[in-house]
Amino acid sequence: MGKFFAILLIIITLVSVYPIVTHMWWMPEVVSAHGPAVDHQLDETMIGSGVLFITSQFVLAGFIWAFGNHKGKIKNWPGGHRPVVAFGIILVGLEILSLSFVGSKVWASMYITKPDLNALHVDVQAEQFAFFFRYAGPDGVFGSIHPDKINDGSGNYFGLDPENDVAARDDIVVGTLTIPVDTPILLTLHSKDMIHNFYVPELRIQQDIVPGIDIPLHFTATKTGKWEIVCTQLCGLGHYSMKAYLQVMSKPEYDDWLKQQSGD
Amino acid sequence: MRTKFFILLAVFGLASSAMLVTAARPAGGTITGKVTFTGTPPKMKPIDMSKEPYCQKLHNPPIKTQDVEAGPGDTLEDAVVFISAGDQGSSSASTPVRYDQKGCQYIPHVAVMMVDQPLQIYNDDPNAHNIHPLPKVNAEWNKSQPPGAPPIDTKWDKPEFISVKCNIHPWMHGYFVVLKTSHYGVTGADGTFTIKDVPPGKYTLTAWQEHMGTQTQEVTVSGGAATANFTFKAMPY
Repeated sequence: MGKFFAILLIIITLVSVYPIVTHMWWMPEVVSAHGPAVDHQLDETMIGSGVLFITSQFVLAGFIWAFGNHKGKIKNWPGGHRPVVAFGIILVGLEILSLSFVGSKVWASMYITKPDLNALHVDVQAEQFAFFFRYAGPDGVFGSIHPDKINDGSGNYFGLDPENDVAARDDIVVGTLTIPVDTPILLTLHSKDMIHNFYVPELRIQQDIVPGIDIPLHFTATKTGKWEIVCTQLCGLGHYSMKAYLQVMSKPEYDDWLKQQSGD
Repeated sequence: MRTKFFILLAVFGLASSAMLVTAARPAGGTITGKVTFTGTPPKMKPIDMSKEPYCQKLHNPPIKTQDVEAGPGDTLEDAVVFISAGDQGSSSASTPVRYDQKGCQYIPHVAVMMVDQPLQIYNDDPNAHNIHPLPKVNAEWNKSQPPGAPPIDTKWDKPEFISVKCNIHPWMHGYFVVLKTSHYGVTGADGTFTIKDVPPGKYTLTAWQEHMGTQTQEVTVSGGAATANFTFKAMPY
């Protein structure tokens, strides 16, 4: 029986490692400037933890093979169990520390490094159960936000006050995040009601949107196309339908689109 | 168009039942008029429905918000004109009012009904809706309707202008106008309304438009036709 379980364990280990090594179920294409670094980091994590995983499974299988049918106590580990446990904790600790040390560079490039000074600024409003995106319009200035003025029925998702606030009059509000390719983008994320999430797998970005906090997020898209933006925080009965699209256009196409929007 | 037909049907139904009730009285008069505005109304914004691709495809070019439905000649559509004082003999109506959630829109945008008149709310879309009327005097509720769900059968106990929203599609917006009287008219695309079978008498007429508010005027009906026009003042913001 012991040998059977040892072989079964090896088979389970190899079968579970196979799809990861061959990238059978891997992430979708990457379309952001920082994305390859995230993928590289993930590869390193997978290799590091994978080596530990495979080694430990093989060691376990070896012991089961050798002592699986043994009755009674086998033997004391030389020097007692303490050094073995300590060794294990230090090994895993070092692994995690080195991963977070190496990974902090990628993390910092997304969250600590300041966005490009000329980044295109888009304001994001998340609410049950949709995303809305606001552009400053021809004057290049965002109108200020007044939560008490929010009125979804008349399309005032951000709470603009065009009556008293001239800058708000030309703000463009749309339901699709439309951006030019290869251009630094700075988003400011707001939530109207509760916690939501801005997740675009292809951008390798997942960021919670918390009510009461303006959360900055910056990235550069490197490919034109259309991808889904989904909410990944369970936010109510319509959570499943809370999504928007990210439309990445060439620079001239984007300029035309913007002109069209402000001309309307 | 179909829903307009339904409103008309409801209006005619009400009018004819009112006629039966008042059969013993002298022949009713008709109040007609036009609701217009002066000034510049706010620009209606195109609605981006890209989160619901089915609905987005239905509306090309995209429909706009409907707070102010201005027509040629500065007319106002979906304004409700009704007798707010001096009215007698209007018993409650039994013809159900139909309200549709179709193409991620409320149709009609403004549904007028009497207190205790049956209201049926349908979901004609292949996606779910969660209708949420926001009354202040009546009881508030919200109900989900997955695709193919049976209509919601309901009614309102007290007269009120009730704003309606969808909890799934933030842009969806409409109104339930619940009245004590059966004597009302809703303005069409040309801004005109007709209130039929009004017994002779002196009345206060109120015009309501969701963005502009209300206006009243006195009107005297003496058998034939009476006219009452309303002009609202529009501001761009």
